[in-house]
Amino acid sequence: MIEIRIHGRGGQGIVTSGELIGFAAFSDGKYAQAYPSFGSERMGSPVTTYVRIDDRPIRTRTLIYNPDFIIIQDSTLLATEPVLDGLKPKGLVLVNTKKSADALGLNLNSRVLTIPAAELAMEVLGRPIVNTTILGAFAAASGAISLEGIRNALEHRFTKELAEKNLKAATKGYNFVKEKKQ
Amino acid sequence: MARTFTEGSKAVAETVKLCRPNVIAAYPITPQTHISEELAQMVANGELKAEYVTVESEFAAASVVLGASATGARSYTATSSQGLLLMTEVLFNISGMRLPVVMTCANRAISSPINIWNDQQDSISVRDAGWVQLYAEDIQEASDLHLQAFRIAEHPEVLLPVMVCMDGFILTHAYEPVDLIEQKEADAFLPPYQPQYYLTPKNPITFGAMMGPESYMEARCQLDRALCGSTRIVEEVAKEFKKRFGRFQGALVDTYCIEGAEIVLVAMGSVISTIKEAIDLLRKEGVKVGLLKVRCFRPFPREAIKEALVGAREVLAIDRAFSPGSGGVLATEIRASLQDVKKAPEIKGHIAGLGGREISVETIINIVKDRKSVGIEDRFVDLKEALLK
Repeated sequence: MIEIRIHGRGGQGIVTSGELIGFAAFSDGKYAQAYPSFGSERMGSPVTTYVRIDDRPIRTRTLIYNPDFIIIQDSTLLATEPVLDGLKPKGLVLVNTKKSADALGLNLNSRVLTIPAAELAMEVLGRPIVNTTILGAFAAASGAISLEGIRNALEHRFTKELAEKNLKAATKGYNFVKEKKQ
Repeated sequence: MARTFTEGSKAVAETVKLCRPNVIAAYPITPQTHISEELAQMVANGELKAEYVTVESEFAAASVVLGASATGARSYTATSSQGLLLMTEVLFNISGMRLPVVMTCANRAISSPINIWNDQQDSISVRDAGWVQLYAEDIQEASDLHLQAFRIAEHPEVLLPVMVCMDGFILTHAYEPVDLIEQKEADAFLPPYQPQYYLTPKNPITFGAMMGPESYMEARCQLDRALCGSTRIVEEVAKEFKKRFGRFQGALVDTYCIEGAEIVLVAMGSVISTIKEAIDLLRKEGVKVGLLKVRCFRPFPREAIKEALVGAREVLAIDRAFSPGSGGVLATEIRASLQDVKKAPEIKGHIAGLGGREISVETIINIVKDRKSVGIEDRFVDLKEALLK
């Protein structure tokens, strides 16, 4: 089972990110579960979403304490919230920031990847809506979901026009990571 | 049948739509779920032909479905937490008038202190309202239960309201793969409601009239007999559902790894899945532990529970609600059910997961492992001692 924890702020589309990753995995032929940790959340307050992907039906319904992957949609959370807690050794942290992984100085026994998602999203969407760009980057970095799965998830969730735009953003994020790897 | 990946509330709304309700009434703001929001959208889009009444309070929502059901309309509402408590007076009237209303209760904690998160204190607090209460383990079951609920409620031998209870947030806001039934299949399983008695100007009758000391008690007794008798219908409907759709997650109860189990955990709702994970781990260590899932809490399936628990040495009940001054509700009822059993198992009650407190796999494993060190008093699990000072 793959466990993913997504951290961001209210209004950043964190819940949608979880739903989209889950749907992408589902359309890739896997079992998935997405579960937002709800409170009296407002715009700007820290929000977390949990996603599980497995080859067999998923029964566990608890929060995720030891994720394989952590996605941080707002890098300011690194300073204020225990967002890196419990990350598995050899896990992966994907951070939305213009800074390089080294400049973040996270000092982890895991892979850290950064992506300037706001800038990339601006190029395609004209607005700094980062979640779908990060989704593409996550697909490339983790291999947990496919770009095709993301396309299916976007088409399921959004209108045709919006799905196409967001697919472009996701592809941009995907290619950014693929190129960075080489 | 089509499998999709969707949110619990959405899956339930889709299934309620398949049930073709004539009237839906809901108080549209907190504490409410996406269920009523989705249904409102379906009605507005013309996908569902129903009268959708947005009301000024949950008391009014319950009153509208009461009135609608009395005219013979298939009626549905959904609520949660304080909303359910505000409905309380009407809940007793609905069952007293023998109206087959179906309601979803998204289980959430009760104030005060204010808390919006999951536990089952809301539905447990209205357990004496005369409704059938069914508890879902996952989104699939929550969704399937609604189709079954209308069949049970409208059965001529039952004619009682049914409350489908699903854990708030844990099930209502989670996304999972769900198999959704086609409308044609749903229609074949759930034909239109054929009320025997209903309000119509053509044949004036009265519902809920005054009954004095000479007859009130008999009416209450009839309600109890119908509710107790509904166990047979709950089983029948679950079996027929399995035959038609191939899915069965228990009728009155369900069991897991109970063959030869010395220790049996008993619980209701979404914690069941977590307990199954814990049992798999404990079984690997050689601990002979099994699970009894209580799916139908009202009527309380005493016989089915007795049958499942005879032979166990220890029973560990896990309650996500309690009766202050008494203890865990499930634990108490299980003790009462087993009081005439020779060599009855020792029953220990655990109150856990209140107000959204996590019940993890480790919580369950610790309950099993620590069982020798605790007394028979129902205990609160995972308490923070520092906060109690």
